[in-house]
Order: sequence, then C-alpha cells, then structure tokens
Amino acid sequence: MAKERKLHSLRVMNMHIPYHIIMIIWSFISMFPVWILIINTFKIRKEIYTNPFGLPKVWTLQNYKSLLANANFFVYFRNSFLVVVVSLFMILFLGSLCAYALAHWRTRFSGGVYFFFVLGMMLPIKIATIRLLQIMKNLGLMNSLFSLYPVYIAMGLPTAVFILTEFIHGLPTELYEAGFMDGAGRFRIYYNIVLPLIRPALATVAIYNLVPIWNDLWFPLIFITKEDQKTVLLAVTMLQGQYSTDWPKLLTILAMSALPVITLYLLMSKQFVKGLTAGAVKG
Amino acid sequence: MTAKTNKIRAFQGGASIKPGGVYWMRYVIPALAFYVVFMAYPMIDSVRLSLYSGTAGTREFVGLANYVRLFTDEVVSKRFWNAFGNNWVFFAWHMLLQNALGILFAAILTNRTMRGRQFYQTLIFIPCTIAVLVTGYLFKLMMNPVWAGTTLKAAGLGFLVRPWLGDRSTALTCVSLVSVWQWVGIPTMMFVAAFQGIDDDLIEAASIEGATPWQQFTLIRIPLIVPVIGMVAIMTFVSNFNAFDVVFSMETLDGAPDYTTDLIGTLFYRYGIAGQHPVGIPEPGVGAAISTSIFFMLLCGVIPVLRTTQGKE
Repeated sequence: MAKERKLHSLRVMNMHIPYHIIMIIWSFISMFPVWILIINTFKIRKEIYTNPFGLPKVWTLQNYKSLLANANFFVYFRNSFLVVVVSLFMILFLGSLCAYALAHWRTRFSGGVYFFFVLGMMLPIKIATIRLLQIMKNLGLMNSLFSLYPVYIAMGLPTAVFILTEFIHGLPTELYEAGFMDGAGRFRIYYNIVLPLIRPALATVAIYNLVPIWNDLWFPLIFITKEDQKTVLLAVTMLQGQYSTDWPKLLTILAMSALPVITLYLLMSKQFVKGLTAGAVKG
Repeated sequence: MTAKTNKIRAFQGGASIKPGGVYWMRYVIPALAFYVVFMAYPMIDSVRLSLYSGTAGTREFVGLANYVRLFTDEVVSKRFWNAFGNNWVFFAWHMLLQNALGILFAAILTNRTMRGRQFYQTLIFIPCTIAVLVTGYLFKLMMNPVWAGTTLKAAGLGFLVRPWLGDRSTALTCVSLVSVWQWVGIPTMMFVAAFQGIDDDLIEAASIEGATPWQQFTLIRIPLIVPVIGMVAIMTFVSNFNAFDVVFSMETLDGAPDYTTDLIGTLFYRYGIAGQHPVGIPEPGVGAAISTSIFFMLLCGVIPVLRTTQGKE
C-alpha cells in the first residue's frame, strides 16, 4: 500500500506540473504578439480597433493583395535574398578556405592570425560605421547592394573561421593522409574531402549569419536611399511612415518580412538553435 | 615510414613559414583581406578619426577636442551621459530579468522526465528569429492606448490602457522589456546546452547523499556553468551597446519622450551619421569619439570577464 502511494507520488512528481505552468505562461507571453501580428493582417481596417484580439469576423485578403500589387515589393525581397545569398556564399567559401589552412598550418604566425580573427567575434562592427561610411563613399558604392556585401562578409568571417577551424581540427588526420599519399593536391583535398565533411559546421555558420543579415537595418539605413536597392527591412521603415494609420496593411508587411526566416526556423529548428547560439560555444 | 611522415609534415607546412607557409597564405589572404579592410581597419581608424573635426573635405586635426565636448560640453555631454545611463538601465533589465529567466527556463527544460520540452523550446525561440524592427513596430501598436483601449476597458482591464511609450516614467522600461521578451531564447538555449554538459554522475551522487533538488541546483549545477554565465554576460553587455532598432521602431531617433529612451546607439546615429535634428549636419568626429569610447569600454568589460570565467577551465 505504502509502496503504491510512493509510486503514485513519483508519477505525479514526474508530471512536473509547476514547471508546465511556468512554461505555458511564458509560451503564451511569447506567442501572444505573434498571434496579434498574424491575425490582424486578415482584418479590415476598422476591425482591428473593435476586435483587437480575436479571429476576424470578416476575413479579408485585401491587405496581402494590395501589398503584392506593389511592384517594388518584389524588388525589396529580391534585394534581401541577394544580400543574404551572396554574403553567405562568400563567408562560407572564404571562411572554409582560411579555416582549412589555419587548422593544418600550425606556426606562431598562423596562431596569431587565428587569434586576430577570434578577437573580431567579440566586437560589434557598428563601432566601425563612421569609417565604413567614408570607405563606401570613396569606393562609389553608396546606394548599391555592393556596399552591403563586404560589410556582411567581414562581419561573418570571425565566427566562420573560429567554428570551421575548430571543426576541421577535430577531423581524423587519416582522411587527409590517405588523400595526400594518393597524390591529391591540397586544393583537391579541400574540395573533395574537407568540404563534404564539414557540411554540418557550414550549416551552423550559415544560420548564425543568415538571421542577422536578413534582419539588419543599420547598414541599409546608412548606405542606401535608392528605391531599387532597398532591402525588405529598410522598406518597412519607409512604409511604416506611409501607412502609419493603416495598421492592418503595416502588419501585413511586417508579417511578410518575417515569414521567410520563421518558415526556415520551423523547418529546421534544431540547426537554428545550434547556429544562433554558436557564438558562445568555446572550443 | 619516415617518407610518409615527412610527406605529412610537408602537408602541414612544417615549423617554418616557408615553404608551407607561403602556400597556406594563399588560402588565408582572401578572408584576411575582407576582414582587415572592412572590419579591423575601419574599427581602428575610427579611433584616429575621433581626433579630427569636420567631414571628408574639411577635415582638421583637433586633438582631444571631440572628447572634451562629448564629456563636458553643456549640450553634448548632457545627451551623452543621459544615453549612457539609459544604456545601463537597459543592460540591467537584460542581465537581471532576461538571463535569470534564461537560467530558470533552461533548468526546467533539461528535466529528462518532463514532456513537451522540444515544443516549449521551439516556441520560446521564435521571437529571436524575427527582426527587432518588426517586433518593435508590433509592440508600438500593442502599447498604443487607442488600439485595444475600449476592449480592455470593457473587460475590466482598464489599468492596462496607458500611453506606455509616451510616458517618461514607463517608456524606457517598456522598451527594455520588449527587448528582454524577444531575446530570452538565446540565453535559455545556451544554459540548456551548459546544463546538458554536466556529468550525470555528479547529480546522482549528490542525490544519493541526500541533496535536495534546490541544493543540487544552487550548489552543483550553477557553479558548474559559471563560464557560460560569463559568456552570456559578455554577450549581453556587448549587444546592449549595439541596440538601436528597438528604440528606432518603438520610439524615435531622439529617444522620445524627452530623450528618456535615448541609447548610445541612437545617440551615435544622430551625431555621427544623420546630424542633430535642427541643423542636420553630421559630426563624424564626435560620432567617432562616441564609438571609440564604447570600443574601449567593451574591451575593459570583455577582457576581465573572459579571464575570470574562462580561466577556470
């Protein structure tokens, strides 16, 4: 009898009711604004005041339609995609080449180069803005996506070099030895052996950089004023002024701008969590 | 055998920079060039720019005049120290609330016998993937008394209807709390990883010795994750001086109302890049002085914390 009661209490204990209560409360706090964001994009303008929290009484797709009818909308998205894709490709390519070298070439000099990169992980690139602005002006890159690529590439490289060097260093050397004995050059080894092996680390680096680049406002705000070079987030600030009284429309833009990253996150949440917290993983 | 090891050694570049070194430099230089030209050099050269006044064409060496203005000038220093103080309030909210919640959630989410952990984790992390600008505009609507005012009053929640973002006494708290709300997922996940890294035997041994769960938590699990707590503290400290979007979207570039939400980020933008409101002429020298001050402050904050917390390993 006593044993049974004990088992029963253990089962109750393992249900962790107080913990669930805490987590449910916070999940609600986390999701409530997201709910507001999504649900109000399907309402007509007046309803968001009379019925702010509930499902729409009259569903409408008008907000989405009018947004998609705006030709510039696609331009902003194309620009944001371009910025993310080009920057990520360069970060991964240059970062993995450099990490490949730093993982094998172990001298005091290469150690110094590695340390120099790691130092950059700790300092925000915004500190360099004043000088970067001049550099972009001097290079004639203002008002062009080409002012954004180099900044994002430079910003992403320290973490890329750090994560990839540690990862390559952890690979068993037999893999290269075999390749090297067979007469493959160092670049062949990089391309045919190393790159396929470091794919998980490349994914981590990609995600670590993807979210901040897509969500960056600071550099587009400073470098770009031309309509056809604006990124989505920069366009949002402008439309915010234009539609300041038309909240459903504004919320629709906000939701659309967040949609690509959230969708990716929901599809691969494990890699996202790993990627976004990668900065603190000490090798 | 020796031929093989020699070959391998040749691959690794040997001890000297030559000949392997020259070879490996080809792999290092492209990344290094981007990093130096667009990050390291501009950061360091900003320090030099803080000693000049005027813009590109009319630049003039003025020594420490920009710093003197920044720290003592009646108008400029008032703004600077105000933003600096606000930044510390902003930081305190993150440190005390966001990171404490992070530890709490992580402790809960690492309970092996609890169900639905993955589900909660996924939800908590969603706000971290949304742009600060988007959440900022969203909360601006939600905190607007006009928006849901009537509905809330009808539900007897009239006390929630206030001009939260327009009131001097609540604006900075609201801005900070929105940022805490958004980013709590990051420390949570870091602490989850840290707790999961603790050896099970330690906890088991402690529970056999009769340690209560609370004792296990405070005397074993927390001390073991001190290095991670240090890392999170550094990241909070650094990102705190990076904050800009949240004020830009919820309030204004001037840190309305009456500069109570002005942070170093917005101040830097106004002085260094956009120009102060009525005049509109940017002062890169003052901007560079602001960023240089922050640069050295970050170094002073980052290095000791790194030393004390990471040294223990």
